[in-house]
Amino acid sequence: CVNDLDTIPLDKNTITSATFYDNPESYRQVLAKIYGGLSLTGQVGPDGDQDVLGIDEGASNYIRAYWYMQDMTTEMALWIWSDPGIPELQTNEWTSANEISLGMYYRIFYQIALANELIRESSEGKLNGRGVADVAKEDIFGYRAEARFLRALSYYHALDLYGSVPFVTENDNVGAFLPQQISKQDLFAYIETELKELETLLPAPGQNMAGRVDVAAAWMVLAKLYLNAEVYISTPKYTEVLTYSKKVIDSKYKLDANYQNLFLADNHTADGIILGVVNDGINALSWGGTTMIACSAWASDMDAFSYGINAWGGNRARKQLIDKFVDYTGATDKRAMFYATDRTATTDVITEFKNGYSVMKYKNITSDGSKGSNIGHMDIDFPLLRTADAYLMYAEAVLRGATGGTTSEALSYVNEVRQRAYGGADGNIQLSELTLDFILDERAREFYWEGYRRTDLVRFNKFTSGDYLWEWKGGVYEGKALPDHFNHFPIPASDINANPNLKQDGY
Amino acid sequence: TVLDVNKEPMPGVTVILKNTTTGTITRPDGTFSLAAKDGDVLVFSFIGFISQEKVVVYGKNIIVELESEVFGVDEVVVIGYGSLKKDDATGSVSSVSTKDFNKGAITSPQDLLVGKASGVQITTAGGEPGSAATIRIRGGSSLSASNDPLFIIDGVPIDNDGVSGMRNPLNTINPNDIESFSVLKDASATAIYGSRASNGVIIITTKKGAKGGLKFNYNANASVGFRTNEIETFSADDYRQLISARYGEGSNARALLGHADTDWQKEIFQTSFGHDHNFSMSGSKLNTLFRLSLGYSNQKGLLKTSGLDRYTANLSVSPSLFDNHLKMELNLKGMYIENRFTDNGAINTAMLFDPTQEVYDQTSDYGGYFTWMDGNKPGTLATSNPLALLQQRQDRSEVYRSIGNAKFDYSFHFLPELTVTLNMGYDYSMSDGTVFIPEEAAFAYRKASDGSDISGEDRSYGQDKKNELLDFYLKYEKQLPSINSKLNVMGGYSWQHFWRENEVKATSVNGAYLITPEQITPTENYLVSFFGRMNYTLKDRYLLTVTVRQDGTSRFSEDNCWGMFPSLALAWRLKEETFLKNIDAVSNLKLRLGYGITGQQYITSDNYPYLAKYNLSRGTARYLMGNEWVTMARPNGYDANLKWEETTTFNVGIDYGFLDERINGSIELYQRETKDLINKIPVAAGTNFTNVILTNVGTLQNKGIEFNLNVRPIVAQDLFWEIGFNLSRNVNEITKLTNVDNPDYNGVQTGGISTGIGGYAKINSVGKPANSFYMFQQVYNGEGMPIEGLYADRTGDGLVNEKDMYHYKSSTPDFILGFSSRAEYKNWDFSFAARASLGNYMYNDLQASSANYQYVYNSNYLQNVPRSVLNTNFKHQQAHSDYYVQEASFVKLDNVSAGYSFEKLFNDKMDLRLSLTSQNIFVITDYEGVDPEVFNGIDNAVYPRPRTFVLGANILF
Repeated sequence: CVNDLDTIPLDKNTITSATFYDNPESYRQVLAKIYGGLSLTGQVGPDGDQDVLGIDEGASNYIRAYWYMQDMTTEMALWIWSDPGIPELQTNEWTSANEISLGMYYRIFYQIALANELIRESSEGKLNGRGVADVAKEDIFGYRAEARFLRALSYYHALDLYGSVPFVTENDNVGAFLPQQISKQDLFAYIETELKELETLLPAPGQNMAGRVDVAAAWMVLAKLYLNAEVYISTPKYTEVLTYSKKVIDSKYKLDANYQNLFLADNHTADGIILGVVNDGINALSWGGTTMIACSAWASDMDAFSYGINAWGGNRARKQLIDKFVDYTGATDKRAMFYATDRTATTDVITEFKNGYSVMKYKNITSDGSKGSNIGHMDIDFPLLRTADAYLMYAEAVLRGATGGTTSEALSYVNEVRQRAYGGADGNIQLSELTLDFILDERAREFYWEGYRRTDLVRFNKFTSGDYLWEWKGGVYEGKALPDHFNHFPIPASDINANPNLKQDGY
Repeated sequence: TVLDVNKEPMPGVTVILKNTTTGTITRPDGTFSLAAKDGDVLVFSFIGFISQEKVVVYGKNIIVELESEVFGVDEVVVIGYGSLKKDDATGSVSSVSTKDFNKGAITSPQDLLVGKASGVQITTAGGEPGSAATIRIRGGSSLSASNDPLFIIDGVPIDNDGVSGMRNPLNTINPNDIESFSVLKDASATAIYGSRASNGVIIITTKKGAKGGLKFNYNANASVGFRTNEIETFSADDYRQLISARYGEGSNARALLGHADTDWQKEIFQTSFGHDHNFSMSGSKLNTLFRLSLGYSNQKGLLKTSGLDRYTANLSVSPSLFDNHLKMELNLKGMYIENRFTDNGAINTAMLFDPTQEVYDQTSDYGGYFTWMDGNKPGTLATSNPLALLQQRQDRSEVYRSIGNAKFDYSFHFLPELTVTLNMGYDYSMSDGTVFIPEEAAFAYRKASDGSDISGEDRSYGQDKKNELLDFYLKYEKQLPSINSKLNVMGGYSWQHFWRENEVKATSVNGAYLITPEQITPTENYLVSFFGRMNYTLKDRYLLTVTVRQDGTSRFSEDNCWGMFPSLALAWRLKEETFLKNIDAVSNLKLRLGYGITGQQYITSDNYPYLAKYNLSRGTARYLMGNEWVTMARPNGYDANLKWEETTTFNVGIDYGFLDERINGSIELYQRETKDLINKIPVAAGTNFTNVILTNVGTLQNKGIEFNLNVRPIVAQDLFWEIGFNLSRNVNEITKLTNVDNPDYNGVQTGGISTGIGGYAKINSVGKPANSFYMFQQVYNGEGMPIEGLYADRTGDGLVNEKDMYHYKSSTPDFILGFSSRAEYKNWDFSFAARASLGNYMYNDLQASSANYQYVYNSNYLQNVPRSVLNTNFKHQQAHSDYYVQEASFVKLDNVSAGYSFEKLFNDKMDLRLSLTSQNIFVITDYEGVDPEVFNGIDNAVYPRPRTFVLGANILF
C-alpha cells in the first residue's frame, strides 16, 4: 500500500511534464500559451486559474497593464476608478509597491519563463531524444523561433519600462535560483542579437498564418529598440532605425486606407497591423486588452450598445490630448474620435467621468457595421505593432540625423499618414513644418490610446521635465515636473525582496 | 451491605429512608441495619459517588454497589488509538463530556465546547443556522497551510476540507449523540497522529449502549431567536436632509428620493424559530450493547429565507464474543440535510439601501420589487433591493453523508496481555446544490455576449467524497511486579485514501446562455503511516510515554514524502511520594513534561504541488492560429522540493487537586516553533512558471500559558455547585519569512478587505505576530476628529507614502477566558457559561468601505450611509487609516439554563426534565460594529448571532 503514494492527477486537463511532450501537438499548445499570455490572464477566461498572482486577474493582463503604464501616466487618459495602483500611476506618484507595475513586471517575466521553457524543450537534442518525426520537427523549430521573438519582445518592454532587470534564458533551469541583474547595455545587445538572428528564422512578411508573427515583427521591434537607443544605452542608432523601418515600409505591410478599420472588431483583416494581439468575444475572453480600453472609454450615454460595447464609463482623455488636434470633432482629422456632449474639456475632478472628453476610437463592430460577438468581451485585436509607426519612425530618424534617408522621403511618409487621416491632401504639411516637435504631436494623434506615449515622451525628454505639463502630472491639476528617475519604473519591491542580486536604480 | 466498584465494603455511607429524616450510616464492614417495611425506598449516598435507590423486599438482604462519580483523577480520557485514566496521562489533554456541554438550541457539535477548554478558541462564522466555525488550539502553527485541528470521530479521522453544500462539515454529527470531546493539545499527545497533528486533535466519541434493560430517551426543544442590534444608518428624514444639503434642492440626486420611510434592516430580518427532536433507545442483549438514535432538527435563520432541516441516524452495536476476547464495535452514522442559503450580501445592502424608497413597487417589472433603473434596464452598479436578493434567490442544497467504522479488538487466549485491533472506516458524502434565480430578478440582470439580456440563473453544483481508512495495531500490556512497573506498548499501521469530485454548471434560466461552463474536477490523495507508543510506569509514580509516527503523503515527491514525528513525555505523580501521601488536603499533584514534533502536509486544494505538470485551458481561453483556436498548455509553477512543515513543541504542565478534588485543575506552559513553514512567497522573477510559489520558508513561534480551575464549593445531598474557569494566553511571532535575510523586507500582505480590488488590511512580518494590521497612522484635528487623507510621516522623510505604513495591533486576543458554573438543588439544575476575549482588535471594514460620502449619490441611484460617517465626515474611502482598526475586546454571556426534573412519573416508569435556556444573552464591548467576534478580525457585515430562548424537554423511560 505504500505504493499508493505515487499518484498522478486525475483531472484530464492536467498532464505531468514527464509525458506531456510525447505528443507533438503539445509544442504548439505551449506556443499558443505564450501568444495567449499577451491577451489572456489565465486558463479559464475571462477569469479563473490566473497566471500572475498578487494582483486582480483582469489588471494582470499584459496589454492592460502595459496600456496603464504607457498611456495613463501621460496626458492620454485618466481613470475615475481608484483600483489599487491606478491613482499613483496616473498622478505619477508611484512607488516600488505599485500593484499595476507589479502586475506588468511579473507578466513580462512570466512570458519570458514560458518562452524559455518552450525553447529548452524544443532543442534539436531533446526532439531527437523523443524521436519526433522530421515533418513535425520543422513545425516545432518554427514555434521555437516565434517563442524567441516573443521573449525578445518582452525583454524589450522590460528594458523600456524598468531598465536593468533580472536576466534568465533557456539555459537556466526551473526552480529555486537567483538570477543576476543585467545591465541596460547588455540587455540591449542581447535583444538586438536575438532579433537579428531571428531575421533568418522567421517566415517572410505575410508568410505566417493569422495570429502569428513573421520577420516584419522582428524588424519593427529592432527599429523601436534603435529609436530609443539614446535612452537605453546613451548611444544614438538612428541609421539602424532607418534601415529597419524601411524594410517594413517596403514589405507587403501597407497603411490601411481607413484609419478607423484598425480599431474595429474585424481589424485582423485590416492592412497595417504587423502584430495584432488576438481578442475574441467567444474563444479568448479577458478583462484586459481592448475589452478594457474600449469598455472603460464608453459610457451608457454614448449609445455604447450600438457599438457592441458594454460601457464601464471609466477612462477619458485629458485636455492636452484633445489639444493635439486642431479640430477635435473629427470633421477634418478623422483620427479625432471624441465624444464631447455633456462633457467638460478639462478634468478638474479625477473621479468625475464627465470631466474630460470620451474616446470613441475602439468600436466593437465590424467594418460593415455589424456588432462583435460579445458586448462584454471585444473582438478587437490590439494593434501592438503597426506600419504607420515605421513611417513616423523613419521620419523621426531622418530628423535626428540618420544617414541613408532624405527629408523629402521623410516628409512624404508623414504626409501619407496624414492623407489617410484627412481623407485627402488637406492635412499635408510642408517640409518647414516637419520638426521633431511636430513628429511627437503627430505620434500622439496617430497612436493615442495604443500604449505608445510614455516611451515617446521619455525619448523627447518631456516625460519628467517641466517644459511639458499636462493635467494632474505629478499629482497637481496644473501639472508639475517629476524627478528624473521617473523616466523608468522601479523594480517591484517584492522582487527586490525575493532576489538579493537586484539593485534598485534611482528609487 | 454497601460496596464500591472493587467490591470493597464502604463505611460511612448515608442510608436514608426516602422522603423521611430516618437514616443511618454504614459500619466499617459496609453493613447497616434500618427499620423499613416492604416496598420502602432506601437512598444511599456518599460524597464523590453516585447516589442510588433500592426498594426494600421483605426478607432479602440489600447489596448496593456505589459507583464513583466520574470526576478528576479517575476520569477516563480518550487519546489517540486508545484511552486511559486521566491520572495516567502524560500529555496535555482536555476532556469535555456531556455534563459540561453548553446547553440550548445547538446544531453544530463545536457549540457544545465553546469556552469550555482552555487554549481552544472557537469562533462561529455568524448566527446562520448550522454556521461554520473556526477552531484554533493554542493559536495557529501555520501561515499558509491549514490551522484547523484534526477531527477524529469514533476513530475515523475526517479530512480538513469542507463538504459542498454544507455550512459546517461537523454538522454531520448530531450534538445529542456526542458523549465526549477530547482535545489533545501538546505534541506528546498529538504526535501519534504525526503529520496532521500540528494544530491539535479533537476526538469526538459518540454515545454507546449501556448495560441493562432497554431504555428510551426522547429529547425535544423549541427555540426562538431575536436580533440584538444593528448598524445605525440615516433615517428617511435625516437622509432627505443629507441629500438636500449635499446636492441642493433642485438636484438630480434630490429628485431620486422617494416618499417612504423604510427600515431595510428590519425588512430583511425575522424572528427565527427552530425545533429539534431526538429519540434514542439503548440497552444490551446477548453480550451486545446497542444504541440507536434518530434526530430531526429544523432551524430558521434570522435572515429571511435562510434555514436548514436535518435528519440524523446513529447506530452503535458492540458485541463481545469468546469471553470478551473479541470485542467488536460497529458505528454507523447517517445524515441528510436540506439547506436553504441566502446571499448574505443582503445584510450590507440593507444597510446601504435608500431609506426613502418603498420595498415594493407595483409598476416594477422585477417581481414587484423597487429597483434602481439605468434607462429602461436595472442599474448594474446600483444597490440591489435587499429583500429581492433574499426572496428571489432559491439557493438550496441536499447533502447525504455517512461515516462508519467497524472495529475489532481481539485479545489472545494464550496471551491475554496482547490485543490486536483492526479498524476499518469510511466517510462518504454526496452533495447536490442548486441556485435558481427567476428571469424577473433585477439583481441577476446582465447583458449576454450578443447584447441580449441574460435573465436569471440556473446553477447546479455537486460533490462526491469518498474517504477510506484502515488501521491495524497491536497492544501489549504487562504488569511487572518484580520491578514495580507497568508496561504498555502499542504499534501499528494506518492507511487513508481521500477522493473527491466536484462539478459545477450554470446557465441562464432559459438555458440559452452559459454562465459557468460545466466543470468536473476529481482529485485524490493518500496517507500511509506506521506508528508506535510505549507507556512505562515505575512505582506508580513515574510515567514515561514515547511515541513515534512515520507518515507518508502522496502530496510530496518520493524524496520528501516520508516524515518522522517523535515525542517524549514524562510525568511525576508527586502525590504518591511519601512527603505528600499523607497530606489529605492535597488529593492530586502531578508534574508533566512533554516534547514532540508534529507535521503539516495539508496545503491547498492542489494535491500535487511538487509535481511538474501542464494544464490545458478551457474553450474560452484559447489563441487563434490560422483558422484554428488552439488550446493553451500552461506549465504550472511548482517546487519539487516541497516538504513537511514541522512544529516542535515543549510543554510543562501541573495537574493539581485539593480537598478530595473539590478544587482541581491544571496549569500549562508551552512553546511551539514551526519551521519550514509552508508558505506562499514571491519567487524571484523569471525562475518559475508563477510569481508566487508554495514553498517551505519561514519560522513561527507560539508561546503560551493555560490555566484551568474547577471548584465544587458545595457537595451535599440536595445541593451541588460547581464552578469552572479557564484562561489562556498565546503569543505569536514570526521569526523568519524569507530565505535571504533582508531587513528592508516588509512581509507578505494578507487579510483581504472589500475596498478596491486586491486591498489588504494585514501583513505577516518578521518580528511581529502573524496577521498584524498594517495601516497608516491617522492624524486628528484639535477636536479629535480624523483629518481626511492626512497621515503621520513616520519615516520623517517629508513624504507620506507606503513606507509610512506601520504595524498596528492584531486580531488575536491577548487573553481568552471561559467561566462557567453548574448548580443542582433538589430537582432543580442551573448553569451558565460566559467568555471573554481581551486585547483583540478589529478592522471595521464596514465603516471603512461605507462610512463616507463617496457613494451616496451615483448619477442614477442613491445609497444610505452608516451614521458613524458623522464621526469622520470622510468624503472618500480611507481604507488604510488606523482609525478603522478598533478595539474589539468583549465579554459574552453565552448561555444560561435552568431545569427541573420530575422523577418516577407514571408509576416509576418515566423521568422528565424540563429546561429553559437562553443563549447569547449579552455582550459587553466598546466595539462599534454589530458583533466584536469575527474570526479573522475583518468585520464586513457578519450574519447577526441571535439571542435565543429555548424550551427543552427530556423524557427517559
